[in-house]
Amino acid sequence: MNIVSLLQLIVSSSLIYAAPLIFTAIGGAFSERGGIVNIGLEGIMVMGAFASAIFNLTFTSTFGDMTPWLGLLAGALIGILFSLIHAVATVHLRADHIISGTVINLAAPALAVFLTRAIYGAAQTGPLAEPFGRANIFLLHRIPVIGPIFFENTSGPAYLGILVAVISWVVMFKTRFGLRLRSVGEHPHAAETLGINVYFMKYAGVLISGLLGGIGGAIQAQAISNEFGVLTIAGQGFISLAAMIFGKWNPLGAMGAAIFFGFAQSLARIGNYIPIIQDIPGIWLQIMPYLLTIIVLVGVVGKAVAPKAIGKTFIKSK
Amino acid sequence: MLTTNQNRLNALLIPTLSILLGFIFGALLMLFFGYNPIEAYQAMLAGVFNSPYFMGEAMRQATVLTFTGLGFAIAFKAGFFNIGVAGQLLAGWVAAIWVALSFPDLPRIILLTLSIGAAIIAGAVWAGIAGALRAYFGTSEVIVTIMLNYTALHLTNYIIRSVLTTGNTTERVSENASLRVGWLTTLTQGSRINMGLFIAIAVVILYWVFMTQMTAGFEVRAVGLNPDASTYAGMSAERNIILSMLISGGLAGLGGAIHGLGTFGNIFTQSGLPSLGFNGIAVALLGLGNPIGIFFSSILFGVLDVGAGFMPNRAGVPDEMADIVIAAIIFFVGANYIIRVALDKMRSSKTAEKGGE
Repeated sequence: MNIVSLLQLIVSSSLIYAAPLIFTAIGGAFSERGGIVNIGLEGIMVMGAFASAIFNLTFTSTFGDMTPWLGLLAGALIGILFSLIHAVATVHLRADHIISGTVINLAAPALAVFLTRAIYGAAQTGPLAEPFGRANIFLLHRIPVIGPIFFENTSGPAYLGILVAVISWVVMFKTRFGLRLRSVGEHPHAAETLGINVYFMKYAGVLISGLLGGIGGAIQAQAISNEFGVLTIAGQGFISLAAMIFGKWNPLGAMGAAIFFGFAQSLARIGNYIPIIQDIPGIWLQIMPYLLTIIVLVGVVGKAVAPKAIGKTFIKSK
Repeated sequence: MLTTNQNRLNALLIPTLSILLGFIFGALLMLFFGYNPIEAYQAMLAGVFNSPYFMGEAMRQATVLTFTGLGFAIAFKAGFFNIGVAGQLLAGWVAAIWVALSFPDLPRIILLTLSIGAAIIAGAVWAGIAGALRAYFGTSEVIVTIMLNYTALHLTNYIIRSVLTTGNTTERVSENASLRVGWLTTLTQGSRINMGLFIAIAVVILYWVFMTQMTAGFEVRAVGLNPDASTYAGMSAERNIILSMLISGGLAGLGGAIHGLGTFGNIFTQSGLPSLGFNGIAVALLGLGNPIGIFFSSILFGVLDVGAGFMPNRAGVPDEMADIVIAAIIFFVGANYIIRVALDKMRSSKTAEKGGE
């Protein structure tokens, strides 16, 4: 294998595994910047994966090639609906964020498999009709050397994710909405005094995390597992949470961390082709993302980086 | 006095109402999809309670849930979320089997003590990592225990595949390491219920004694209620964080030993984290951290879990329904603010009708 095709293999498989994590990790950043901890991302991904699989199987004949992309919208929609439960519970019903997230994670796989059985009579949907294939990125793949490595035969959704990360960074740090969202997560009472609708901003943060988490799940189902079953989402939501922390609650950082974790996950599959890495026992590659997260949390991030009022119930003053 | 009585009442009313609302939610969902909820719930209950075998199986499930539930509860009382009980259970499970397979010929009492002891230590160490990081670096125990869950999952699978065997399932442990007792097995017509049940009851009592009668338990609760005030009163927050996490993980590890030596007698590779961990969290939240409440919640969830198996054949309802009901119950426990508000409204309208006091 020559160096260009080796790099091509590494980059494209990293991006394929990173794509669901990029979206979900950015979603987590929106929720937590607004002060709501969302460990329910895992459950939201399950629902997104489920919705996209159903959509994909039902509408392939109507939409043809476009089906998986429209499937992302189906995942986004159900993700928003499901995150609404978390928003209502944590904001209006004053439930503990971790408990509510745990409920989401308990409910989602049960509900999704229940519905799959109700619709298809089996616990899995079976192979999807029109999964995401590998794609060339428009024009960019013609650039010499760089083109073939980065933009040929690669993951379309991952590049969409990178675009979404840039947009999210602008929204979070350069717009009025972003400033308000962050102020609500840092000091809700001060924000309220300035006339910001704290409840509205918190809802917005959680619902955006639902939208992006649902898309993340939809990518996992349509680009990686190519079906929906109870094992389609197995910890990706939690890895995304880790990527968000790794990226210091910043969409661009979360994206970078997600790509790194995608690389780590893909190593378990393609590690045998890569010199040096092929000598590392597989078990180390499997547990590396988790151990790295712990090390980063202890050593690099420290205490003060998370939004200040995170996880606290805000009660409106009368 | 009135308020304490009302608090006591709420402590019973909230879980009861949550269970009721959870079942109603499940029924509505079944109606929506054209299933018959009464038939489904009947199939579930009749399936378990008409057969000694399935009653035994439900109690067997409840036994392990009691340990994971108590494990989550003690950390919760100290103010921490140990989301990692599933991983700690796995650590305990593999440790117990490893020891039992290594010394198959030791006398039963010694081998059981060693195996169970190893499981408790494995679980305690796994949770203790998160406790120590929280105590000395302020690292979120939620994230660390989640990461340790997946680390435990991959490590356990690796140990099974590469150290204990070359396949995906280990050999069965010798009779000397089994927790099965003949008369219990006969009484329940061959179910996998085991000595773990008595250990669970003993641990429930010990837990109660520790939390309400001992200084160490008082300190754990005090740190959970107000860490600053406790530090000011001379208690060490660090020590209590680590202590509560060690006990928490130890209990989950003990649950793993009971699961390994009692239920299965071996260990096999897992495709995901065992649901006993997350259902243990559910059990603890429903029992509101009270050991006796946790024991009865475990029995309820054991019945739901085992009874769910009867729903597909007898009522045509997918067995995931039971997990949906469990999630709904915990939703209402978590969002108990809404129940409290409703109860308060009902009470105040009653006093208003009487024309005040």
